[in-house]
Amino acid sequence: MTCAPPDAVRSVARARGRGAARVRAVSAALALAVLAMFTLSLCVGDYPIGLGDLIASLTARGTPAVDYVVHRLRLPRAELAVLVGVAFGLAGTIFQQVVRNPLASPDVIGVASGASVGAIALIALAGVSGPPLAAGALAGALLTAAAIYLLAWRRGVTGHRLALVGVGVAAGLNGVVSFFLTRTDVKVAAEGLLWLTGSLYGRADHVAPLAAAMAVLVPAAFLLGRSLRALQLGDDSARGLGVDAERRRRALLLVAVALTGAATAAAGPVAFVAFVSGPIAARLTRGAPGLLPAALVGALVTVTADFAAQHLIPGAQVTVGVVTGAVGAPYLLWLLAVADRGGRRR
Amino acid sequence: MSANGLPVTASSGGRSRAAGLVALGAAVAATAALSLAVGAKQLPPSTVLDALLHLDRGDPDHLIVVELRVPRTLIGLLAGAALGLAGAMVQGLTRNPLADPGILGVNAGAALAVVLAISVLGVHDLSGYVWFGFAGAAAAVTLVYGIGSLGRDGAAPLKITLAGAALTAALGSLTTAVLLTDTMSFDQFRFWQVGGLAGREATVVAQAAPFLVAAMALALCCGRALNALALGDDMARAWGRNVTATRAVCGLAIVLLAGGATALAGPIAFVGLAVPHLARSVTGPDHRWLLPYSMLLGPLLLLAADIAGRLVARPGEIQAGIVTAVLGAPVLVALARRRKAAAP
Repeated sequence: MTCAPPDAVRSVARARGRGAARVRAVSAALALAVLAMFTLSLCVGDYPIGLGDLIASLTARGTPAVDYVVHRLRLPRAELAVLVGVAFGLAGTIFQQVVRNPLASPDVIGVASGASVGAIALIALAGVSGPPLAAGALAGALLTAAAIYLLAWRRGVTGHRLALVGVGVAAGLNGVVSFFLTRTDVKVAAEGLLWLTGSLYGRADHVAPLAAAMAVLVPAAFLLGRSLRALQLGDDSARGLGVDAERRRRALLLVAVALTGAATAAAGPVAFVAFVSGPIAARLTRGAPGLLPAALVGALVTVTADFAAQHLIPGAQVTVGVVTGAVGAPYLLWLLAVADRGGRRR
Repeated sequence: MSANGLPVTASSGGRSRAAGLVALGAAVAATAALSLAVGAKQLPPSTVLDALLHLDRGDPDHLIVVELRVPRTLIGLLAGAALGLAGAMVQGLTRNPLADPGILGVNAGAALAVVLAISVLGVHDLSGYVWFGFAGAAAAVTLVYGIGSLGRDGAAPLKITLAGAALTAALGSLTTAVLLTDTMSFDQFRFWQVGGLAGREATVVAQAAPFLVAAMALALCCGRALNALALGDDMARAWGRNVTATRAVCGLAIVLLAGGATALAGPIAFVGLAVPHLARSVTGPDHRWLLPYSMLLGPLLLLAADIAGRLVARPGEIQAGIVTAVLGAPVLVALARRRKAAAP
């Protein structure tokens, strides 16, 4: 770079600075939005709580009634929504960027299908409900991911092959899920459908295990995520930049699969969060690949969806998985429709 | 180089591909014959032939052949061919090997329309779902195309793909919302949702066939255009293609094909995804061969799956939609592992 004219260097640096500043601004705005929705979901409900009472309760100075509603009912659910959202948002965008295909989120390439088969088989064959389902789902997700990776392995794993194998495995597993859904009594099938949709209701026990898992996985994702930009240039270029493409890819996918598995075990395969987070974040930051905005978009979509699920239709509680598609997807559609209007690229 | 600048296929390669096409056609015919001959009730081939040539409406065995097996075989042929073709076109159009007709919102749109038909209008039989399925699928694809075409650079592949997946997500949410609150509708919907060839009436086939055949003819004419698009929009324009018009024509063919197939057989996702990959491993990326190969491989896969579904669970049966996915998945995985599995 020594021979490049100084203005060129300066303009590149300026452009990069603008990108980084935009990522920071978007992330800050998203974080504020998540915080606002989180607070809103703690305050609003059949038992409305004022902001003062909420702060008093959170700082251990509240009345017993407020404490009960906040700490027992609303806080675990809101916390779980944020955790699940961050996990799916991160996992989805890692998959999409490693495989370099916007369709390759974990719900499309088989990991979520594996979790579903694990849980549905337990529901349909053994009549299991509650925490053991989480174990079944986690086992299903991890086994499926391992199977996909091994099947796609051929002196290394390319994104194209991994995605194709994943889609094939997902199709087969979805067939198995359909089989269970059509072979069982309609009540059992409806229970299966409920799990398949994903729900945050009454999952307070799942907060601590998921938080523990994510305390390890999220930092790992951000550390490894720094090599995503190099990986996106292709294996040869990545190698040229001193990145061992295969090993990095494996580590990133392992983290993404673990995030998906842990979140799915806690809340079920909450639909579409993993898929929409990355593309929305990319459009908000004008294409700068970053994990933080995607994680925050995931959290925002899930918290908003859960809030809408609880309060949108008075008297009827729908589960979060029903609303996530209705919250995130139209926004992505709108972003797609308005993009490129002002002459800027995606 | 030919007139439109694309390399002419070497004649020897062309001849062997044509021979492959003929062999494939024979295999489809044989599978169709098998589909007429095999079922829960074992009938000797002579009875089947008799029923087709000299129908005796008083003979229950003849009625089984004409009323049950002929319609489902025809649906298998039509839906399989339509899904295979639609899949190849969608993958070419979006330049994404993971795309299938479902990615344009076909299945989600059809599913929502069918669920509303069951839940709100009280439609209760598979034949009644057909037009709702078609309308829903057509509306969804039109919407995806519309959203994908807004903005300055028109219907770019990435935008169509993302718009389709996002619309699928949104519609899927609505469908699930209805199903979770209405167990009775879910009970009916779950059997439509897996996709199958059985239980549809012959009149439905007769109504849908003209659309599907016209759409297949249109699709087979798009080979050259898709080849040009595969080079990228700018290159296609440089060869004198009108990219927007090409996309619109291909979109129309896909709406008719995928919508018609979904209306007839329910959302059988896997055929549209796997068949183009299977075909591409034989033909390579040339759409002029890929499209006819996909059109023949589709019914072969679907009918074979339907026959297998009838045999494994006698006297009951497993729906073709389930069998295609479970048996087809290993094929797709094996294909992906092969070196030659080229991207579209």
